[in-house]
Amino acid sequence: MTTTVIKHRDDVGSRMGLWLFLFSELILFGGMFIIYAVYRFKHPEEFRLAAAELDSFIGTINTIILLTSSLTVAMSITAIRQDKKYFSMALVGTTIVLAFVFLVNKYFEWSHKISIGIYPRSPDLLNKPPGEILYFGLYYVMTGLHALHVIIGIIVLAVMFGFIATGKINQHSFVHLEAGGLYWHLVDIIWIFLFPLFYLIQ
Amino acid sequence: MTTATVAAEPDFYHEKTRFKGIFGWIFSTDHKRIGILYLIAIITFFLAGMTIGVLMRLEMLYPENTIVTAQTYNMFFTLHGIIMIFLVLIPVFPAVFGNFFLPLMIGAKDVFFPRLNLLSWWLFMAGGTLALVSLFLPGGAADTGWTFYVPYSIRSNTNIIPALMAAFILGFSSILTGLNFITTIHRMRAPGMTWFKMPLFTWSLYATGWVQVLATPVIGITLLLVTIERLFGVGIFDPTLGGDPVLYQHLFWMYSHPAVYIIILPAMGVVSDIIPVFARRTIFGYKFIAYSSLAIASVGSLVWAHHMFTVGMSNTGMFMFSLLTFLVAIPSAIKVFNWIATLYKGSIVLEVPLLFMLAFIVQFSIGGLTGLMLGALSVNIHVTDTYFVVGHFHYVMFGGTGFALFGALHYWFPKMFGRMYKKRPAFIGWLFMTIGFNILYFPMLILGYMGMPRRYYHYLQEFQSLQQLSTVGSWIMVAGILLLIVNLIVSLRRGDKAPANPWGGKTLEWTVSSPPPTENFHTIPVVTTGPYDYSEYEKPSSELS
Repeated sequence: MTTTVIKHRDDVGSRMGLWLFLFSELILFGGMFIIYAVYRFKHPEEFRLAAAELDSFIGTINTIILLTSSLTVAMSITAIRQDKKYFSMALVGTTIVLAFVFLVNKYFEWSHKISIGIYPRSPDLLNKPPGEILYFGLYYVMTGLHALHVIIGIIVLAVMFGFIATGKINQHSFVHLEAGGLYWHLVDIIWIFLFPLFYLIQ
Repeated sequence: MTTATVAAEPDFYHEKTRFKGIFGWIFSTDHKRIGILYLIAIITFFLAGMTIGVLMRLEMLYPENTIVTAQTYNMFFTLHGIIMIFLVLIPVFPAVFGNFFLPLMIGAKDVFFPRLNLLSWWLFMAGGTLALVSLFLPGGAADTGWTFYVPYSIRSNTNIIPALMAAFILGFSSILTGLNFITTIHRMRAPGMTWFKMPLFTWSLYATGWVQVLATPVIGITLLLVTIERLFGVGIFDPTLGGDPVLYQHLFWMYSHPAVYIIILPAMGVVSDIIPVFARRTIFGYKFIAYSSLAIASVGSLVWAHHMFTVGMSNTGMFMFSLLTFLVAIPSAIKVFNWIATLYKGSIVLEVPLLFMLAFIVQFSIGGLTGLMLGALSVNIHVTDTYFVVGHFHYVMFGGTGFALFGALHYWFPKMFGRMYKKRPAFIGWLFMTIGFNILYFPMLILGYMGMPRRYYHYLQEFQSLQQLSTVGSWIMVAGILLLIVNLIVSLRRGDKAPANPWGGKTLEWTVSSPPPTENFHTIPVVTTGPYDYSEYEKPSSELS
């Protein structure tokens, strides 16, 4: 037998596919950013009042957590390239833990809002002017959809953790981890826009 | 099968699969099998949508009630729209012919992400099933029209949520197909196949892929928001909560107008591929056709608000959207002129696929020109929401893409199934379909201009003769379509064995046997000429000199 088995691999193509997927994700959120922009333009004063009810401290904490988790996931790729398997696993694990901390904070934030009567269809919210109803509608939908992406990201990273453990991701083949990392950065970057839009502009 | 053919590779119908029987199909990552699966599903959906269409025409036979109630009629036009747009027209070219022929045309063994491709099919079937199930759930089928305009889609008591979710899932499937094809075209072209040696169908799939990836998420999120609004009462579009229904329309058309180009671009690609084969001539203006696909895809993404000229917009906005709408006509017209120039002085062989292409050119031109009338602001105000609009988009969607679908089916049938079909019934079917189509939809253009509104259950006495003419047209057309489909199905078993290249095509899919072997190519071909090299038929002056 003279034929040698050549394993077909094209990391450039895999990355291209992933980037296309990330574009479509960005546009998914882009639709909501358009809605936000239109309503903010229509009701500037009511948006300002509603934004004052959000706790920018907890938002800042969550921003720091997500940025740190982006750092750890990026470091995990560098670690695997240097063949430091367990260090890489530790870094992916840290990312997952930070993601959970983010969700826990989000949970307390939402339940606080609900406890003071701000949730869809609540009598308190319906008594507010339309701009504030829209603001909180968008707040729940956009941060909720973002949280859903965090959960998907956790699942993806958990799979990557398993791949590193079994050696499917290794020093020579780490395109999957790169893909997981890129997805995690997307989750991060969307938050980077959500944070000022909801918490900081007042 | 005798062992005498052992030297030849088995075709993909006889490949060894991991699973037996039907599981060898629905878990197969072979792009050809996935293409056939899509074809079966989409033809089924098409026949369902067509039946509803015929019933609607039947209802229009008399000005008063004919066969159904008004509520049923609302459900009919909603379902007809959802099925035909989301389940037939948007997926048909990328998913059926793109899947089957894209790898073959660029000399690849499969698409770049074969498993993702299978996932797309599963999502497509899930979405399609959900859409059909919503019919039979208590509450009844959606009655909002396929556009799901708020606030009615928030208030209607019918099964809106399953229909919205179906469209959402189908959109996801479409995005995955699009990104798969873009990556495939970038990374898997055979050696020597430069961008400008690609067949034009491939070019159109490339442009379509970008529209799928970049436009579909907008409708995804919009439909999701309507669902959330219905489920939880979150204020987004509902005017009683301060929302803006016109904003919904903007977001809806930001996708749904580009979706028109997802529908028509690959059809144009098929026309550009089929005409040179039967004209025995190199395509005229290859680069112009390739670039015009990209131009249509990009400019076409900026014209969405021409669906909304009467809902309230600034004059500047109306002017801009009208202007951009006119601009899209330029690359479209470039294509039409190039097809005609390709036919000019060609050695034309009048086979059935070419007949469909000729019908396409005429009908697409009518559809395109009436589209320009609609893009003109003053005319638009007069004919908005009339049969004129219905006639216009059926001329583009059905007279264009629908005819291209049947043309492509008759062109590639021998390659896909390894059998030839009977040409005489196919010709008669084409004749009935074309004549019936024009009797069906041309009266709609006149009716609309006279003021017949669309989606109305009753109509004035004075419209009756044209309405009845249109209904008779639907019968003729359906007779033709059924004849075409029955002829193809019969040919699956009874047809003569098809040679590798029955039409004399020059693109790579004709270099492999019919049906193609599992691996497509033994050795990846090296491409040296363009896709439409008919120099041997063209003027022998170069040989003489």
